[in-house]
Amino acid sequence: MSKRIGMEIALAAAEAVALCKPDVVAAYPITPNTHVPEHLSDIVAEGRLDAEFICVESEHSALSACCGASGAGARSFTATSSQGLAYMSEIIPIASSMRLPVVMIVGNRALSGPINIWNDQSDIMYQRDSGWISMFAANGQETIDMAIQAFKIAEHRDVMLPVNVNLDGFQLTHVVEPMEMPDQKEVDSFLPPFKPIATLHPDKIVSMGTLGLPEIFNETAKSKDEILKDSRRVILEVWKEWEEKFGRKYEPIEACEARGSDVLLMTLGSMGETAEVAVEEARKDGISVGLLKLKLWRPFPFEELRKAVKGCKVLAVLDRAVSYGGPGGPVFSEVRSAFYDMQERPVVINEIIGLGGRDVPVSDFRKIIEKSVQAIKTKPEEEYEIFGVRGS
Amino acid sequence: MKKKKKWPEDWQDLNPGCMVFEPGSAREYHTGSWRAERPIFDESKCIRCGVCYIFCPEGCISQNKNGYFEADLDYCKGCGICAHECWPRAIKMIEEG
Ligand code: SF4
Ligand code: SF4
Repeated sequence: MSKRIGMEIALAAAEAVALCKPDVVAAYPITPNTHVPEHLSDIVAEGRLDAEFICVESEHSALSACCGASGAGARSFTATSSQGLAYMSEIIPIASSMRLPVVMIVGNRALSGPINIWNDQSDIMYQRDSGWISMFAANGQETIDMAIQAFKIAEHRDVMLPVNVNLDGFQLTHVVEPMEMPDQKEVDSFLPPFKPIATLHPDKIVSMGTLGLPEIFNETAKSKDEILKDSRRVILEVWKEWEEKFGRKYEPIEACEARGSDVLLMTLGSMGETAEVAVEEARKDGISVGLLKLKLWRPFPFEELRKAVKGCKVLAVLDRAVSYGGPGGPVFSEVRSAFYDMQERPVVINEIIGLGGRDVPVSDFRKIIEKSVQAIKTKPEEEYEIFGVRGS
Repeated sequence: MKKKKKWPEDWQDLNPGCMVFEPGSAREYHTGSWRAERPIFDESKCIRCGVCYIFCPEGCISQNKNGYFEADLDYCKGCGICAHECWPRAIKMIEEG
């Protein structure tokens, strides 16, 4: 039976990963995700988890080790943040194109520079087009649930893709929250053992990671795109099973008070929790506002998004990253392109908030709600803004 | 005899992760077709040290029955590393064609 615990989320994430019995954990410590691998190494040292814990010398090696291990048929896990994730960059698209179901927890942190250890989501957005399944937790419970779901989704025969589970650095990693921790029996009955398509073993020789000539490269790209899009089907199946077993519902976009609301906010990650408080307050003041919490970032839930905004007049997309010199925030650009062919579509505004750990209190969300209400009548001139910048 | 296809026709035919289940299939790709220069081995200067064999990045140099070394031109890409490493200067690179 699940147990109610109060624990730092990073430690709870490590406990949840341990319940999935990974064979190999390879990681290099980096703030703010450090406690995830650190606690896993404790669990291995205590003998509670029979895994090979590889203390690598870099994140590049961490993911390389996971890829090799996964190719050999081992359930493999790593975790990182920011510059560490950037240092993995070379291996990240290799894991997905080789169909290696590695699971990674990313404690989201700003990419330098200036050097900054605090939270935003620029690290994972930098890896957006790498072919991984990518999901975002809004709180501790979602973090541990998604960590367990991630292995099942990744290792499904129709998927066989790596998955990254994102939680905001400090805002989530270092916060103590009450959570329901499933027990070993429950996780065992949910998560079957990893059955790889082939393994690197001398008894049956296969080659992985070979050269792809121009004659097949377009086809490999098409296949990567189709398989990632099709993984949506399996993700929904796994989430449905999770709901049946554990009673907690997961959807690509979670809607709160969204139906019939004139204004909707759309959030990714932990800011959804603060936004929810602001939305509740504003509704008490008679403002017609709701909230969409985006949980699945890749494959992007276009269909669900179009349905969720039916009847809404203004959608304020909140990003925690900037696409410099581009269209604003990365979520915003996806959302706007999703609406292009719709006859009736809301006005979309983009507020880029909370960069490099800048605090975003409820009052800021209230200001954004106010601005969105005004946008019902007059569309703001600028398409996007970095919220609260001094001097603008 | 029907010629064996060199690569999958449609994207659906690709193996997962482009895994290759048939060992040694790289032999089918004659990378020697890229070559602009070829190595010529002068046995009168060769001391049979095997340095060329060790350094060849293609692994296409082997020892013949007389103990001298030669390159398999189906796979030699003409990089000239063997000629550069051979200190008695027994290997000369000459232009193809
Ligand atoms: S490196 Fe030169 S000397 Fe040595 S085996 Fe090769 S050809 Fe002969
Ligand atoms: S030229 Fe390069 S590829 Fe050819 S035999 Fe010499 S080292 Fe090998």
